[in-house]
Amino acid sequence: MADTRQIRARKGPVTYLLRAFVIAYLAVLVIWPLFEVAKQTFAPADVGDEGGVGAFWERLSDPSVTYAFNLTVTVAFWAVVINTLFGVGISLLLVRYQFPGRRILSVLVDLPMSVSPVVVGLALVLAYSTGKGWFGEALASVGFYVIGTTPGLIMATAFVSLPLVIREIVPVLEEIGADAEMAAHSLGANGWQTFRRITLPSIKWAVVYGVVLSMARSLGEFGAVKIVSPGAEFRGETATLLIQNRYTNYEEPTAYAAAFVLVLASVLALVVVSLIRKEDHS
Amino acid sequence: MTDTLVAPPGPARRTSRSGGPFRLTPTSGVGLGVALVWFSILVLLPLAAVVGAAADGGFDRFWNTLTDAQTFAALRLTVVEALLVTAVNAVIGTIVAWVLVRDQFPGKRILDVVIDIPFALPTIVAGLVLLSLWGPESPMGINIVNTRQGIFLALLFVTLPFVVRTVQPVLIELDADVEEAAASLGASRVTTFRRIILPSLVPAIAAGSSLGFARAISEFGSLVLISGNTPYETEVASLKILKFLEGDNQAGAAAVAVLLLVVAIVTIVILDVISRRVARRG
Repeated sequence: MADTRQIRARKGPVTYLLRAFVIAYLAVLVIWPLFEVAKQTFAPADVGDEGGVGAFWERLSDPSVTYAFNLTVTVAFWAVVINTLFGVGISLLLVRYQFPGRRILSVLVDLPMSVSPVVVGLALVLAYSTGKGWFGEALASVGFYVIGTTPGLIMATAFVSLPLVIREIVPVLEEIGADAEMAAHSLGANGWQTFRRITLPSIKWAVVYGVVLSMARSLGEFGAVKIVSPGAEFRGETATLLIQNRYTNYEEPTAYAAAFVLVLASVLALVVVSLIRKEDHS
Repeated sequence: MTDTLVAPPGPARRTSRSGGPFRLTPTSGVGLGVALVWFSILVLLPLAAVVGAAADGGFDRFWNTLTDAQTFAALRLTVVEALLVTAVNAVIGTIVAWVLVRDQFPGKRILDVVIDIPFALPTIVAGLVLLSLWGPESPMGINIVNTRQGIFLALLFVTLPFVVRTVQPVLIELDADVEEAAASLGASRVTTFRRIILPSLVPAIAAGSSLGFARAISEFGSLVLISGNTPYETEVASLKILKFLEGDNQAGAAAVAVLLLVVAIVTIVILDVISRRVARRG
């Protein structure tokens, strides 16, 4: 093996060239723009204004901005709750049970990740909007509106992040196998006891991981939400929609402040996820 | 290092063919029923509504919508840009993965995390991040707003992780013995790479590229602020859907959406074929 190390570790000019190229590429494409965002976030709005954390905080405490972040967190929370319950249930059914159509269902539950967010929004409109949708009239007659309301935002968000929990749990369930569950079953444990005592402890980290990923995705959803939401100030304007509206409205400082919060949230998610991965491996 | 911090961009690990050991009990049967009803309400019926709306006016109308000069220009631009970005990613993504696996230098772990950032950022924030460096107030003096180069850059940013993250694990697992043998038989480094390493990377590059292509075709959020949406010039498919919808032309929006759906499904099928072929080879 020592030879291998030598062969692989042999460093010629090409090695340094490639290294320099990759560092430069990532610096220009990702690192530098991120740095500019941070700079813009804490920059004074006009000449003579104050910049720094104070200005940043003031932009965020505007009522319409707090409304937007409140709405985003509410929508993301419910979407994650729904996806976690659905995800754990459907993963168990797909891996542990036999029923006709199982293969097809396992492919279909992965579909939402590949569908363009705009198409997701359009699909919900064509199904549930009053006037244009298949079921819009029927739902309106019982006083339930999907498009333009918070439930609609939750559905759009749940749609786009649906497979994330499932993708994490299914491989773990397959790897641990069903032996322990069958043993518990034959020793007289009922379904709930088996799930709580045997299955849940072993998929615990996969569930947490899936929840973090769904949360990150839900907080940042834009395309689907853009289409199902009225998207006006105090009326269904989520954080991502606020960023677009403010930027196009020449209120760039507010847009950058809100964007910076979302950047922090995604970086936090990255860190949490890498910590969980370590915990899981140890 | 093998950790993929963000949702693994790879295809979902499909559930095994055989299915689980359990037959449906009344309780799990009810669970399956509830899950299927929710999945239909959230995903299947809305997607069916899109197909329904596209088919509403018959095939002629569907075809006329897509071949309308302005729509066709948008579709062509989308496909051309996506192909260009995919080609660049196939090469640069492989180089990045190579450097991250084979080279050792201080700060490498940071670069490894940087790869995930474009994936973790909300798409609208990704657009804003790019604008902060290449926008109207660019410190470089380069404004990419409403240019095709801008669309190219945005797509390059959001698809960065795909090829890197699919090639990386394969490079790590690559057997050193074969390379060693080739080198000891007098093969140059270029020959070793071309004849020994590259062939084993091709499936991973292909899988990463098709994921990136699918993402590029359907990208919306990061383009909203950058693409100026000028017909024939900088209008892409997803923004065309939004424009159709805002103009109350549901059939037009649905026609373009169906095309994007088909691309998504074809990608899933291609990935399934690739992953199965790789699995068979072991």
